[in-house]
Amino acid sequence: MAFINDIMHYEFLQKALITSIMVGIICGAIGCFIILRGLALMGDAISHAVLPGIALSYMFGINFFYGAVLFGLITTVGIGYISQNSRIKSDSSIGIVFAAFFALGVILITKAQTATDLTQILFGNVLSVRSTDMYMTLGVGAFVLIVIVVFYKELLISTFDQTMAAAYGLPTKVIHYGLMVLLTLTTVASLQTVGVVLVIAMLITPAATAYLLTDRLSTMIFLAMFFGATSSVVGLYFSFEYNLASGAVIVLVTTILFIIAFIFSPKYGLLWRTLRIKKQKATSY
Amino acid sequence: MENSVIVRNLHVSYSGNEVVRDVSFSTQKGRLVGIIGPNGAGKSTLMKAILGLIPKDRGDVRLYGNPVKAIQKKIAYVPQRSNIDWDFPITVLDTVVLGTYPHLGFFHRPKKKHKQFAYECLEKVGMADYAKRQISELSGGQQQRVFLARALAQEAELFFLDEPFVGIDVASEEMIIHLLKDIRDSGKTVFVVHHDLSKVESYFDDLILLNKELIASGSVKSVLKPELMTKAYQSQFSFLNHIGVGS
Repeated sequence: MAFINDIMHYEFLQKALITSIMVGIICGAIGCFIILRGLALMGDAISHAVLPGIALSYMFGINFFYGAVLFGLITTVGIGYISQNSRIKSDSSIGIVFAAFFALGVILITKAQTATDLTQILFGNVLSVRSTDMYMTLGVGAFVLIVIVVFYKELLISTFDQTMAAAYGLPTKVIHYGLMVLLTLTTVASLQTVGVVLVIAMLITPAATAYLLTDRLSTMIFLAMFFGATSSVVGLYFSFEYNLASGAVIVLVTTILFIIAFIFSPKYGLLWRTLRIKKQKATSY
Repeated sequence: MENSVIVRNLHVSYSGNEVVRDVSFSTQKGRLVGIIGPNGAGKSTLMKAILGLIPKDRGDVRLYGNPVKAIQKKIAYVPQRSNIDWDFPITVLDTVVLGTYPHLGFFHRPKKKHKQFAYECLEKVGMADYAKRQISELSGGQQQRVFLARALAQEAELFFLDEPFVGIDVASEEMIIHLLKDIRDSGKTVFVVHHDLSKVESYFDDLILLNKELIASGSVKSVLKPELMTKAYQSQFSFLNHIGVGS
C-alpha cells in the first residue's frame, strides 16, 4: 500500500499518525465518563471555551496548556455558579458561558497574531504537527490514562451512584473538577488533530458507539479507545490520499462506526431489536 | 441501652425554604425505624441531612456518638430507585461489588474474595441467578433487592433506605422486610423512609412521624395514635373534610 510506504518515508506523516492515534485513545477513554455523566454539552462548552486561554498564553509567551486549563476550569465553575444561583437551567447556562468565552477567544486570537492561525485551532491540521506537539500529546495522553487507571474505582462509583460515593466519604466535587481538568487537557491535546469545533465528536461518538456494544464500563472504555484510534488512522489515510481536512474526515469515520453499531449491535442495535419485537409479537398470537 | 442515632434541633432548608424544622429524636441500637409522614414532610431530606449528603442549617447529629464524617464507612445508604441510571454499563454482580469499595480505600482493587463475598450477598437476596445481567433487565423489586445486597456487602452498622417499597412486587417487599428484620436482629440499626401507613405496625419497631417538624417519635405503639396522625396529616385531612369525605 502506498500509504504505508508514505508513512515510512515522511516524518510528518509519522508524527501525524502517532498524534492522532493518541488523541483517538484519550478522547475515547475520557468520553466514556463524559457521556455516562450526561456531560456531553459540558464537553462541547469546555472545548470551545479554552480559546481565550490559548490566545492569552501566546500573548504572555507561556505554554498554552496553562491558559487552556485555567479557562476550562473557569468555564466549569461559571456554568455551575449560574445554574445553582439562579433559575437558569444547566444547559442554558452552558450556552451562555461557552458562547461568551468562544467569542472572546476569537477576538483575542486575531489580536494575538499567533503562529498558529485561527482556522487551524478551530479545525485542526494534523499534517502540520511538530515534534514538540507530538511529545506534548503523548505526555498528556499518558497522564490522562494513568489517572483513569489509578482512580478507576472512584470514577466508576461516582459516575454510577454519586450519592453512595458521597455517603461513604468520596470527595465527589473534587472528582468532578478533576475530570473537567482531564477533559480540558484532552481538548488541548486534540487541538491540532481535530480542532476545537470537532473535538466533541471525538469525545462523544466513539464512547457512544462502545456504549451500544457492552454492559461493562471497562470494556466500554477499551472499545471506545479502539474506535477512536481506528477512526484516526482511517481518517488520516483518506485525508492524506484525497487532500481533505483531517479533523472532518476523522469525525466522519467515527460517525460511520457509530451508525454500524446503532444498526447492528447484537444487544442494543436497531436491527435485532426490531426482529425481537416482531418475533415476540408473532409468538404472542 | 446504647443510642445509635441522636438528632438535636436539626434545621435543613432547600433554596431558602425550611424543609426540616427543629427536629430532635434519638434511637437505640438494634431497632428497625420507620420515617413516616405526608408528601413533602421532609422525610428524605431528614435522611440525607443525617448522612451529611446535604448541608444542615443548624443542629447536631450523632451516629454511635460520632459526627457522620467519622463513621461514614459504617453506613449503607440505599437511594430511591428513581435516582439510579439503570442504563449504566454495569452488571448485577458488579453493582454489589461496589458495596466493598468503602473498605478498600484508594489504589486497591476488588479482588476475587470481594467478588465472592458480593456473590454471597446476592444469594441472600435471592438474586444470584441474575449476577451477569445488566441492571435494567430486572424488575423493580429485583433492582431493589440488588441494592439491598450492595448494602449488605458494605458490612455496615447503620442502614438507611429511602422509599425501598415504591413500585415493587409483593414477594420482593416481603423478602426485603424479612432481610431488614434479620439485619436488625444482628444488632444493627435500620432506617426506612416509608409512606404507606397500612403496614407500618408489622414492619417497624419505632417510628419517626414528621411533617416538617417532628410530630412524634418512639415505639410504633406510642406514635400510631389518632391524634398524632391527624396532626401530621392535617393538611390532607382538612382537604378531605372540605369535600365532605372526612368525619
